[in-house]
Amino acid sequence: MSNVSTTVLGADEIILNMGPQHPSTHGVLRVKLKLDGERVVGSECIIGYLHRGVEKIAEHRSYQQFAPYVDRMDYVAAVSNGLGYCEAVEKLLGTEAPPRARVVRTILTELQRIASHLLWLGTHALDIGALTPVFYCFREREEILKIFEKYCGARLTTHAFRIGGLQYETYDGFEQEVKRFCDDFSRRIDEYETLLTENRIWVGRTKGVGILTAEDAIAMGVTGPVLRASGVQWDLRRAQPYAAYDQYKFEIPTRTTGDTYDRYVVRMEEMRQSRLICLQAIENIPAGPIMARIGKVLKPPPGEVYHSIEAPKGELGYYIVSDGTTQPYRVRVRPPSFINLQAFDKMARGALIADVVAIIGTIDIVLGEVDR
Amino acid sequence: MKKQFGEAVREASLDRKQAIILIAVEHLREISRYCRDHEKFDMLIDLTAVDWPKREKRFDVVLNLYSFPKNERLRLKAHASENEPVSSVCEIWPVANWLERECYDMFGIVFEGHPDLKRILMPDEWQGYPLRKDYDILKQDTDWVRENLGIESGQ
Repeated sequence: MSNVSTTVLGADEIILNMGPQHPSTHGVLRVKLKLDGERVVGSECIIGYLHRGVEKIAEHRSYQQFAPYVDRMDYVAAVSNGLGYCEAVEKLLGTEAPPRARVVRTILTELQRIASHLLWLGTHALDIGALTPVFYCFREREEILKIFEKYCGARLTTHAFRIGGLQYETYDGFEQEVKRFCDDFSRRIDEYETLLTENRIWVGRTKGVGILTAEDAIAMGVTGPVLRASGVQWDLRRAQPYAAYDQYKFEIPTRTTGDTYDRYVVRMEEMRQSRLICLQAIENIPAGPIMARIGKVLKPPPGEVYHSIEAPKGELGYYIVSDGTTQPYRVRVRPPSFINLQAFDKMARGALIADVVAIIGTIDIVLGEVDR
Repeated sequence: MKKQFGEAVREASLDRKQAIILIAVEHLREISRYCRDHEKFDMLIDLTAVDWPKREKRFDVVLNLYSFPKNERLRLKAHASENEPVSSVCEIWPVANWLERECYDMFGIVFEGHPDLKRILMPDEWQGYPLRKDYDILKQDTDWVRENLGIESGQ
């Protein structure tokens, strides 16, 4: 692995620090770059600025009390974090959410995926110099956040789900609002595409930049859209279905080159697929209870469980060990951003400094999740 | 696998439909290699540890593996004592680099053969290993107050 040593430098080499306050590092990521002229010859990511000790906190909270904390990891996809945690604890308890809850969870999680991808698209394009898309992306994201707000009262750190199901019934007109958003959204994605997909500057800045081959991606543990852009057709929603994904038809978009442009195309297509899943799901939300009978005090039998979901950024896993008490003995979060970020060095070597910004953006990291 | 490695594979069990294999920590690297090359577990999903301070060998080192061809998961576990170096699996799965660093950072487990074992989330000069069970979250705060303010902390 790269070790950017400051003592051993070639005659033309310099060390450049980027961040932690650099705007295009999307938070507090510091990257130490070793440069030969404009070329990156080595890099090291320095992280931990946002470390809050989430895993330690978990050991001092009850299972329900810890649920809101997970929203603060990947804070642009709080709903997905909550889904993973709730399902992991349910698996530990040996129970399952009722069908109605599972379908509502699926709808909200897919809307969250669209919101997360929109935020990524807007900021990523902004980093590269396309100023326009961010306004459109936030406009559509706002619609999704409004649905969240109406559903559970919060927009960002939603805590939308509870262990065992849902706390709230859907509000009146929920299906219609989701449908209205989805109907409108298909036209919107086309609109973004007219701005970027064949834009010469966009193509020039993203094609061939930050290439990650499928072998490298697997060796580096990369998951999510980054892996699919490298040509591996793997999505946990299909491979090991959870929530209600086994009921819906959707495609897993893949590309072959694994460059920044491919990752862009994959995420755009994923938004379309998420929209289709939402449309299928609202067609038929089963009636019935929204909460499983689990009791007020949760004492899962001793044992351990690993449960993972396809979060917008990749495989988000929870490894929870129970010792039979009301508090988890250990909660380990498998953060997709953290692990995908490790592949940054592979993608950045040989690139120009200006491309580093594109490469950080294309991995789609959230530092709250990297540092936890 | 039991046949292949004999005593090194201590126990294989199923917990809530998940396959878990307990192995001897000395054989971690060869068993990992075997899992990757023969059992097709090509991706290391996660590497972490659990602290059981009352046990003679206090740490569980836990590897979560995934196989693309088989669409299966496997969990490897090994017991390690506090001062026992664990062999690094970085050569087998490069993703282990940061995961082992985090494990070292949080538990103080030393991975032998790791290219650059140093803290990753905590500052370099940090004392102690936060995720150990005997690491008290209040102690550090009270110590700081005592040292820097000269009073007893009210926490």
